[in-house]
Amino acid sequence: MADDHNAFITEATIDGDADADGPLADKTVAVKDNISTDGIRTTCGSEMLADYVPPYSATVVERLTEAGATVVGKTNMDEFGMGTTTETSAFGPTRNPADPERVPGGSSGGSAAAVAAGEADVALGSDTGGSVRCPAAFCGVVGIKPTYGLVSRYGLIAYANSLEQIGPIAGTVEEAAAALDVIAGPDPNDGTTRDLADVEGADPDASYAAAADGDVDGLTVGIPTELFDGADERVVETVEAAIADLEAQGAETTEISLPSVEHAVQAYYVIAMAEASSNLARFDGVRYGHRSESDGNWNESFAETREAFGPEVKRRILLGTYALSAGYHDKYYEKAQDARAWVRQDFDEAFEDVDVIASPTMPVLPFELGESLDDPLRMYLADANTTPVNLANLPAVSVPAGEADGLPVGLQLVGPKFGERTVIRAASAVEGR
Amino acid sequence: MSDTSESTDEAAEETPAEGDDAAAAVDADEVRHVAELARVRLDDEEVAAFTDQFGDILDSFEALDEVPETDREEDLINVMREDEIEEGLTQEEALANAAETEDGFFVGPKVS
Repeated sequence: MADDHNAFITEATIDGDADADGPLADKTVAVKDNISTDGIRTTCGSEMLADYVPPYSATVVERLTEAGATVVGKTNMDEFGMGTTTETSAFGPTRNPADPERVPGGSSGGSAAAVAAGEADVALGSDTGGSVRCPAAFCGVVGIKPTYGLVSRYGLIAYANSLEQIGPIAGTVEEAAAALDVIAGPDPNDGTTRDLADVEGADPDASYAAAADGDVDGLTVGIPTELFDGADERVVETVEAAIADLEAQGAETTEISLPSVEHAVQAYYVIAMAEASSNLARFDGVRYGHRSESDGNWNESFAETREAFGPEVKRRILLGTYALSAGYHDKYYEKAQDARAWVRQDFDEAFEDVDVIASPTMPVLPFELGESLDDPLRMYLADANTTPVNLANLPAVSVPAGEADGLPVGLQLVGPKFGERTVIRAASAVEGR
Repeated sequence: MSDTSESTDEAAEETPAEGDDAAAAVDADEVRHVAELARVRLDDEEVAAFTDQFGDILDSFEALDEVPETDREEDLINVMREDEIEEGLTQEEALANAAETEDGFFVGPKVS
């Protein structure tokens, strides 16, 4: 298999169960390289883990292979999931199959590129602040970010635990939903997973794939002005055309306001960086990962070992440490948690009146390679529409809305907690138009 | 620095001066200090780049000052299980990724 887009860090096969039948039997699946695979190196796109070989597989990998899917490789990603372009990978950038001079989005850029280039039927990404939806939008494929607690994170190498979920990427809504059917469900190895039997109003036996029926007659779609203001005009036009098509199919639209989301991206970065600064302390060079040749004491050796992190990872560890340090904790971290609660309230109130909330997935068209790498703040602000969803623990889909200047544009549909079937149904109407 | 208690003291001294609602500029010494707290070694080039970037990023975080105090209703329950012996990694598997091992143990750097 020619990997023209540098979508894979490692090409390796884990055979699926040959006796399985169902929608994933005989399908190929590409797995983001922060999801553990027994016996196959799992690098997180980092020098730190360039030679790390997990002794076990993540729950999601076990479930996919049991359902008959064959893993074909581990996909490129921003280092530890920290980036919006897949350019912070220690293994070089991935190119966007829609335009090789542009980024595929991130951080699950290799997964979206592998699907868009036809190198895998389905891929797994992880979404901490948009890392499934952004590359899906930039590469012109479908990505689902599940409700927090729907999919097990066991075997996912942590970046910001309170925000992240593993989610599927595929060429169609139905294929992505079929993969979600397989990976969703409680896992004794992840205490944050929920059993839908215990969730009011949820049906543990309902199929996500079956919800991709394109029936939006009577569906109410909320249009939050805050997530359109400031977006590239070409993106807005494309997304509005897709929403008009939903109306033509019987959906009703109504303008809503989510004032809290104006602060979401800042709150997201404070919380994600704070969690990262703690999580990445595990890379001490003793139990796994790179170890410096230092002959200094523990602190010196630890600090030198961590020179192996790339600049974006160091930046986030330092800013996270800063935001948690005495004197700044209340100013940054506490306020960010207030903002998170406010975002959640805003969405809860909105869902009293609407079934789904629609917006551009990304406020911009795919960046050119190298364009945003030296301007981290610009890269962070591109996550303005995706990060509110993670702060509120909600499900969302990015579905292709069309093209602008020959580049893919994604429409994001957000639903209430465990409302995956509703967003999948709405997304299938977008692609079916 | 040689132990963690010292770094905790240093962090405590970092309490911002009055009127810190002005632009959150950081200087190179502050970047070096946070890097030391975080145990991440930086070269001079990284310190210079981070000093510029942190000013911009922290400025943007100032927007959080406008966020109202919000009631945080966390709907959390403890998830418990019986404390039973289960099959886990073998010692060999657990040590397989370590840079240095001895007699079935991890070997770390010297403590002081």
